[in-house]
Amino acid sequence: MFSLFLEQLLNGLQSGVMLFLMASGLTLVFGVMGLINLAHGSLYMVGAFACAAVAAWTGSFWLGLVASLMAAAIAGALVEMLIIRRLYNRDHLDQVLATFALILIFSEGTRWIFGSFPLFLSVPDFLTGTVVLGGSFEYPLFRLAIIIAGLAVAVGLFLLIGKTRLGIRIRAGEADRGMIAALGVDIDRLYTVVFALGAALAGLAGAFVGTTQSVQVGMGEPVLILAFVVIVIGGIGSIKGALVGSLLVGFTDTMGRFLLPHLFATFLDPSSATAIGSALASMLIYIVMALVLFLRPSGLFGTAA
Amino acid sequence: MTMNRETLINSILAIALVAVPLIALGMDEPFIITLATKVAIFAMAGVGLNLVLGYGGLVSFGHAAFFGIGGYAAGILASHALNYEPIMESPFLIEGTTQMIIIWIVALIVSALVALVIGAITLRTSGVYFIMITLAFAQMIYYFAISWPAYGGEDGLSIYVRNGFPGLNTLDPISFFALCAVMLAIAMAFSAVLIRSRFGLALQGARQNPQRMTAVGIAPFRIRLVAFVVSAMITALAGALYADLNRFVSPTMLSWHMSGEIMVFVILGGVGRLFGPLAGAALYIILEHLLGGVWEFWQLPLGVLLLLVVLFARGGLVGVLAGERKHV
Repeated sequence: MFSLFLEQLLNGLQSGVMLFLMASGLTLVFGVMGLINLAHGSLYMVGAFACAAVAAWTGSFWLGLVASLMAAAIAGALVEMLIIRRLYNRDHLDQVLATFALILIFSEGTRWIFGSFPLFLSVPDFLTGTVVLGGSFEYPLFRLAIIIAGLAVAVGLFLLIGKTRLGIRIRAGEADRGMIAALGVDIDRLYTVVFALGAALAGLAGAFVGTTQSVQVGMGEPVLILAFVVIVIGGIGSIKGALVGSLLVGFTDTMGRFLLPHLFATFLDPSSATAIGSALASMLIYIVMALVLFLRPSGLFGTAA
Repeated sequence: MTMNRETLINSILAIALVAVPLIALGMDEPFIITLATKVAIFAMAGVGLNLVLGYGGLVSFGHAAFFGIGGYAAGILASHALNYEPIMESPFLIEGTTQMIIIWIVALIVSALVALVIGAITLRTSGVYFIMITLAFAQMIYYFAISWPAYGGEDGLSIYVRNGFPGLNTLDPISFFALCAVMLAIAMAFSAVLIRSRFGLALQGARQNPQRMTAVGIAPFRIRLVAFVVSAMITALAGALYADLNRFVSPTMLSWHMSGEIMVFVILGGVGRLFGPLAGAALYIILEHLLGGVWEFWQLPLGVLLLLVVLFARGGLVGVLAGERKHV
């Protein structure tokens, strides 16, 4: 029971870290450009498909990973330059609708190219199997690798935003876009770069998650909605909020699904305990979100809307 | 002049909605009658959403929740009645029903209560937060429907015999169409009266300038909450009809694709226009039927079209035809 608990805790961490890769791009794009992008989940899907296709073609998972980054970043940059750019000065309704249209295009396009059957990504050989983490507790090595890789990317992102020249420009763009344009920063290119960066992170998350689940059309949508919950909890536009929100949602979701049926089993018969427990667990993160919003309408780290 | 043109377009739309199924009846094409029924139902769902989206300026991305609640009201009540299992035995007996009128009343009450809770929380926020939170609440109900096994869970729930309406054979396609068309007409007339009333003016005022509304002594929050609840009730009624049309209800009705589609009907037709949802739903169903017959991946051209409408034709179909730019 205890090792099961630990395993679920690590699974929660893994889902939190993956959510952060999604949510950070989403919140960055909103913070800098003021754009709500529903098609972010499609870029996640593009990353997963690129990784699966290239890995199947070349036999190398690593090339697949590079492909996922490249494909998502290129798709993101193209979409930004062709379509998204026209939406910055539009209201949110137009943004929602245009990016909803992009989802239709991406999903049907992918189904057209790859068919409706899910693809599978296999883990590189040396990352298969389990690793012993103290005593008799074993955990799949690859999942551990994903957690570490995800955390490394998160640290990298914080350094990029906090320490580099590009990061300074991104933060300045959030604060006052007119001013940095006046100071000679090419704002159009900055926007394309930010969008492509967010897309690359989403694509990477897609490739990682694609190895633990199947790669299929529509895979980005549940994650997208979770990422929305994350950034709403964390405060839209805040990277720190995205991190805290991701971990909160990852742990709440995983532990809720694991613990609630057990909790209800203490005073209900097993079958209804499972039914009620899992039904409630599936709603838990939304309840957490409602609570956070009730107490802080602009999220944990958000500035007043 | 432009007003006349919009009135003309509206009349053509209304006449077409009635004429097409009648012609189909004469040509013995029941499938076309079913398509027209679908148009009427989707348009009604859109009329509900248009109230908050178009007139209130509140981008609800979770109206599938109410559409699905209406659908499940029909499915659950009918399944209890058809299986002769009471819904509740103590403290008092509640039995299922196959009477549409009772189902509609239940759908209206349940959706109003849910909308009251969701609205009270979501309307505290605005802008992107509102969009995402309405979406998240709809997802919450969607996942609940999937993981709750009593009413079919992911597989959905069949309604073996279409529910009944006094004096009408609802299994007859044209009769059911007539019922749906009348319901749509009532919803549109109600919506037209509502937006011209003091309440409707206040709702539009709250969209245009909430500070000024507050200054004249009208609290935007309460106006918006009432509009949100009424909007949800209209959409739920459409959902109950949709479940009866398909004789099937599943979590798909609650999914966020459904929310997106209802929104598409409104935008494609023209936001904040009385006949916008009808024009949008009709165009959507026609496109689905025509493109879907030719190409399996018909949603690809649909997405492109939608993108073009958003980028270049901002008044929607009615707006483009009527040649008049409106707000939003």
